[in-house]
Amino acid sequence: MTLTAKPAAARPAPDAEAPPAASARPNRRRTPKTWIRGGGLWNLAFLTPMLIVFGVFSWSPIVQSVVMSFQRTNLVSTPEWVGIDNFVNVLSDPNLGVAIANTLYFAVLALILGFPLPLILAVMMSEVRRGKGLYSALAYLPVVIPPVVAVLLWKVFYNASPDGVFNTILGWFGIPPQPWLQSAATAMPSLVIEATWAAAGGSIIIYLAALISVPPELYDAAEVDGAGIWRKLWHVTLPQLRGVLFIMLILQVIATSQVFLEPFLFTGGGPNNATLTILLLIYRYAFQNSLGGDYGEATALSLMLAIFLGLLSWLYFKLTERWSTN
Amino acid sequence: MTSAPVQPLLERPDGAEADAADDAGRPGPTAWLRRRRVAKGASDEFGDRGVLSAFDRRRGSVRGSLSLVHTFLFIGLVVAGLGPLLWLAKAAVTPTQDTLSQPFALWPNGIDWANLETAWNDIHIDQYFLNTIWVAAGSWFFQLLIATTAGYALSVLRPKYAPILNALVLATLFIPAVVLLVPLYLTVLHPPLIDVSLLNTYWAVWLPAAANAFNILLVKRFFDSLPREVFEAAKTDGAGPFRVFWSIVLPMSKPVLGVVSVFAVISAWKDFLWPLLVLPDPAVQPLSVRLPAVQSQTELDVFLAALAISTLIPVLLFLMFQRLFLRSAGLGGAVKG
Repeated sequence: MTLTAKPAAARPAPDAEAPPAASARPNRRRTPKTWIRGGGLWNLAFLTPMLIVFGVFSWSPIVQSVVMSFQRTNLVSTPEWVGIDNFVNVLSDPNLGVAIANTLYFAVLALILGFPLPLILAVMMSEVRRGKGLYSALAYLPVVIPPVVAVLLWKVFYNASPDGVFNTILGWFGIPPQPWLQSAATAMPSLVIEATWAAAGGSIIIYLAALISVPPELYDAAEVDGAGIWRKLWHVTLPQLRGVLFIMLILQVIATSQVFLEPFLFTGGGPNNATLTILLLIYRYAFQNSLGGDYGEATALSLMLAIFLGLLSWLYFKLTERWSTN
Repeated sequence: MTSAPVQPLLERPDGAEADAADDAGRPGPTAWLRRRRVAKGASDEFGDRGVLSAFDRRRGSVRGSLSLVHTFLFIGLVVAGLGPLLWLAKAAVTPTQDTLSQPFALWPNGIDWANLETAWNDIHIDQYFLNTIWVAAGSWFFQLLIATTAGYALSVLRPKYAPILNALVLATLFIPAVVLLVPLYLTVLHPPLIDVSLLNTYWAVWLPAAANAFNILLVKRFFDSLPREVFEAAKTDGAGPFRVFWSIVLPMSKPVLGVVSVFAVISAWKDFLWPLLVLPDPAVQPLSVRLPAVQSQTELDVFLAALAISTLIPVLLFLMFQRLFLRSAGLGGAVKG
């Protein structure tokens, strides 16, 4: 099949304009002239912006990150090959274990707190007949607030004095004031509560869309078989949402493994490294190092994290593939 | 027509999404772009029925629990969704002492309107506000430019090498952003060919944002769904590729351009880590970078006023374009990943 775009208004093809790319295909009667007539120049013109931007800011950095993880780079002297030294250094850093444990802790807490909540709210919202638009808008409002503003505002809410916003609310119910961000034990849960609040709205909207497309015949059929409300939820709604739930689960795990904003702005990794996450460690290697940026170690660690996340998405594809064939 | 061997690889993400969509028993993720009605249902129309049947709804116990659910939802969502914003609005015009000692009292010692003015003028929120708008506008422009031109070339013009490019673009979807952080930063410091550092210029924010495979995927799929006959007719009438792009494809693509615009503006407004790295000069920093930096030297009431001002525009935009936001949100979850 020939090129689809053969503009009727093709110019008389001045030979002088033959681009260098055309000479790369010498044989098969495809001369520069036919290439231009076939719209080759136009194709290239439309693709050039994308090629430049992706080439410089996406494809080449991806390749570079692999190269750099085997180099010692500090921007001053020329990069030198150090083999797997960067990986060895990163893996023997005592902070890495702390960071992995903290990130896992964050991910598990976020899963327990943040995964069922939007689903339950969405199921409730889809059953009420009035005010659905209002409820969706209210639920989505926290997502609209810029994340930095949200974190800084919650930092005020988490004021540990008895007159802090949250401690005042706890006081109404007779609960003693909490240290929130100040103590190693409560810092991470505080981060998770804010992150859940900030993200729940987006998940609710997605679940609402999925709930609407559950075929009503399935509910009708379940009723004929004598199923009550809870059985319908359990045997019709949840299985129908299986795919969306699984996507959301994987997306949440991928997002929480890269959590940065909350620990960085709330606690800076403290108190006593209780909220030091993997991404924060990468940031410290590269940009908060008093000895100059340790770019090699930073890329080595991010590469390892990326491979782990890549395995996760591979698993996700395998599983969805199997489910769809069943 | 694409060559057979590349096709399965290309279709992988599509296939996975289609699977997921099938699992949920709903049309593919971009279906709403073609049929608005379906999408509207996602946010504010009712399906034929939900878990509860008409019979269920007539039962006394169900009606009781439903009104309980109603009350719970209303109170819960107002407190969690609107509460923090209302508190912020109140605290923005309250003296520091009152906010600290009685956070829930309504202006026991009067309203302090001067906070807003101080934040705007002395903290230079006005300057950072302009910077943020500049960052968002540029990101929006370049993301649209790249997504539409590339989408047009890959979907409509379709040169022979298009499948390879398509695969290369889609492959970047699987690379988590964290991998790019350091090498991208070094690229900005020493861009190829030109001998100028992009540090402290907005190019360093705009161009990496434009290398967004998700946008291209979205736009290309939409272009794929446009009727080919219209393009053929235009060509017969003597329209060149640019004319077809500008006068036919773009005007037909308003829904998808709206979604890409929402994504572009929101993510530019939200972004923190990247502008923090490539815009170290306070004079060019957007609000998201500047607000944490000024916190320690600012009095609490003025700082809260600054936070309130920074929240105003996104919230107003949301209220104005609610439907577009909620539709994009539903789509984002269906395709991203």
